[in-house]
Amino acid sequence: MKVGLFIPCYIDQFYPQVGVATLQLLERHGCSVHFPVDQTCCGQPMANSGFASAGKGCDQNFARLFRDCDHIVAPSGSCVLHIKEHLKDASDPEGSAHIRRHIYELTEFLTDILQIETLGARFPHRVGLHNSCHGQRGLHLSSMSERMLPSFSKPARLLSMVEGLEVVMPVRVDECCGFGGTFSVFEEAVSVRMGRDRIEEHAANDVEYITGVDTSCLMHLEGLLRRQGSPVRTIHIAEILNSVS
Amino acid sequence: MKTMTHAAAAEVFNQDAARTRWHDETLWFVRQKRDRAAQTLPEWETLRSWASQIKDHTLSHLDEYLSEFERNALANGVQVHWAADAAEHNRIIHEIISRHGIRRMVKSKSMLTEECGLNEYLHEQGIEVIDTDLGERIVQLRHEHPSHIVLPAIHLKREDVSETFHEHLHTEAGNHDPQYLTEAARLHLRERFVAAELAITGVNFAIAETGGFVVCTNEGNADMGAHAARVHIACMGFEKIIPKAEHLGVFLRLLARSATGQPVTTYNSHFKKSLPGREMHIVIVDNSRSRQLGREDFRNSLKCIRCGACFNTCPVYRRSGGHSYHTAVAGPIGSILTPNLDMRAHADLPFASTLCGSCTNVCPVKIDIHDQLWKWRQVLAAEGHVSWTKRVSMQMAAFVLSRPGLYRLAGRMGRGVLKTMPWLAEHRWNPWSKSRALPEPPAESFRDWYLRNRKS
Amino acid sequence: MSSRDSILKAIAANRPLAQPLPLIDLSMVSRPVDPLESFRTVLGNIGAATVLLSSVDELSAELADARDQGLRVINLVAGAGAMDAVDPAAEASSLEDVDIACLSGTICVAENGAIWVPEQNMGNRLLPFICTQLMLVVDRADIVATMHHAYATIDAFAEGFGAFIAGPSKTADIEQSLVIGAHGAKGLTVYII
Repeated sequence: MKVGLFIPCYIDQFYPQVGVATLQLLERHGCSVHFPVDQTCCGQPMANSGFASAGKGCDQNFARLFRDCDHIVAPSGSCVLHIKEHLKDASDPEGSAHIRRHIYELTEFLTDILQIETLGARFPHRVGLHNSCHGQRGLHLSSMSERMLPSFSKPARLLSMVEGLEVVMPVRVDECCGFGGTFSVFEEAVSVRMGRDRIEEHAANDVEYITGVDTSCLMHLEGLLRRQGSPVRTIHIAEILNSVS
Repeated sequence: MKTMTHAAAAEVFNQDAARTRWHDETLWFVRQKRDRAAQTLPEWETLRSWASQIKDHTLSHLDEYLSEFERNALANGVQVHWAADAAEHNRIIHEIISRHGIRRMVKSKSMLTEECGLNEYLHEQGIEVIDTDLGERIVQLRHEHPSHIVLPAIHLKREDVSETFHEHLHTEAGNHDPQYLTEAARLHLRERFVAAELAITGVNFAIAETGGFVVCTNEGNADMGAHAARVHIACMGFEKIIPKAEHLGVFLRLLARSATGQPVTTYNSHFKKSLPGREMHIVIVDNSRSRQLGREDFRNSLKCIRCGACFNTCPVYRRSGGHSYHTAVAGPIGSILTPNLDMRAHADLPFASTLCGSCTNVCPVKIDIHDQLWKWRQVLAAEGHVSWTKRVSMQMAAFVLSRPGLYRLAGRMGRGVLKTMPWLAEHRWNPWSKSRALPEPPAESFRDWYLRNRKS
Repeated sequence: MSSRDSILKAIAANRPLAQPLPLIDLSMVSRPVDPLESFRTVLGNIGAATVLLSSVDELSAELADARDQGLRVINLVAGAGAMDAVDPAAEASSLEDVDIACLSGTICVAENGAIWVPEQNMGNRLLPFICTQLMLVVDRADIVATMHHAYATIDAFAEGFGAFIAGPSKTADIEQSLVIGAHGAKGLTVYII
């Protein structure tokens, strides 16, 4: 199985350890991972700001690099959702369609495609799980508090396989953290307020870490935590699932 | 109305942190009541589908159903008026008032009349309308607008209401008891009801097959006005139409549960004919709705039944307040409806969202609200309603991100700057770092690591 | 062109492709196990009182007592003692001092406590709203499971007016604090025969 690894731009630049954990995790579970080194960005920042049309270059680059992969996996629900919903390279409609159908967020891929039942990971900590909206409501990584449907959570199920780890959910289990891409700067006041409210609920649970499937949300929360001087740290779920000695 | 952008108004709102928290928690409480009410019905998601399909069907036969409704209403002796826009709506009502020489009138909740600016228009003509919904009366006395379509005074605390009532209704100073204040409003408005010559109401549902319409309230104010006055004017946006009375079963099961978590509103009044010697009028309003109907990406916003569930669940609305939206209909649904009315004036609103998608999930008629917010952003950018700074920065980003070599260079330079000269990025003019630390730049990118460890 | 015609023309030009109506399959609708119990519980939750009666006659004494205390009672329920006449055209000023209105409801909805009151049972359209205390007399055989069933049973637009009434009037417009007794009746007692 040829798995194309997509490492979103901000992870590539600022959180390489998330990329490393994702790669090692996939390799350990038998995937032959291909990382196209010319990849950049999914185009979401432009599109969410109203300039999807400006993202054509990103689309072309993405389609060219990933069209031949059986599956494409990324450690980000948000970027995956963007590709799934909006990737359109006019010069390669077939390749684009293939990618849209075969791109997966990491926990989704581990759960649905690799059907992981054991991880061999150990992370003896109390961890708060942040449900990132695009992964949850867009990719249906877990049930949603608004919908009256059976409850499940792909990320929580994977975390439950990690030895020593205790998952604690905040009171509002799936409230947005307020990152929202450029929302975080253009609506700074509300964004910060939303992030602080999330942190407060997690801190009240005495968690050591806040984890999630999206580094973007975690970057926002981490920025607030560090500025507050909080001992709570953020960690991407790939790093926890990859905690093997 | 204020012209401050949502972001600027929201920043002001957030300066009072305790009040912002209270606003957030109060509305979250309503959202939780909605959840509990929905959980009692195993068929909840089925009901949403039915409601959505009935509305989809209705929109696809809208002109036929409106004609059928008009025919039946006329046969019932109701006078039917059509208003192309807000100004015509206001003129029609003014004309009815003038014709009867009416001086005393009451109005129950109608977001349409808010949208059309009816109160202001009539005020300019020297005519005062008394709003009778408690929340609307409170904001009217304060010369404010509703901040929520179902809970008009949700931005106010009991102390605020107490002060307003002390000033206008002469209640005891410092008595903040909601029971006491509500009783005072009851007595004050009783006089107005009993004296009312004309009553204006909204319409929740208009039924094509009967020419009748349904008005839902908890307070009973629509009925008190409509049955006391000799002239009743019901105002409706044309999207309020549904085909048959049996469809009310679906909508009334969803409306109150979605709005407040009640199993149904207290009064669900079915109007068909006026009493002999009295008059009933219906004003059917377009006001750009037909244009929205023609926008394929946005037409299903017209399915809205104005329950307000998207307001209560919206993490941005809860922390910015309804007035930040500077429109009659605030919240997520307002942000997809109002750009259709005036793109330039409301260009900020589709950006007042993280696109979290919770609004779409609670919507009882399955409007894809967050997807429409995204689509409005594209339209607004294409039509030139996005600031040039954002436009230029996005074009620059797109330029860099579509060129792998340039992207890597920019990334390396950016990380270098953060490492050696963090003050260049982390200063008070960077909105990110006002309250947030910037990420600590790693020594190498993932790609660098990959090339070192996997490609050698 | 009149506004009417231009609006209808614009709609016809802009309307989407025809979509079908859904089939409202009542087998998919949940029903309370004990409709009477559910009806009473919901009414209790929304601020109404319920009383089980074996016969409507049991109300006679209560209404007579109220009259004796000087309360203005309008009773339109046959069998519940003295009946009153009310003019459908009566003005609000002549009804605003009604303390108790005793009316018959028809269909009762177990899921939400709503009771259908047709115009002919109101005497005057204002009465159920303007009175201070509303008494609704209903037959337990008229309890249906849900609003779907209710609309299948009644003809909601047979008369000029009719209402589903669920509880006393209420508001939470001040800080989401629930207050019973906004503009309509301050109390509702449902007598189930």
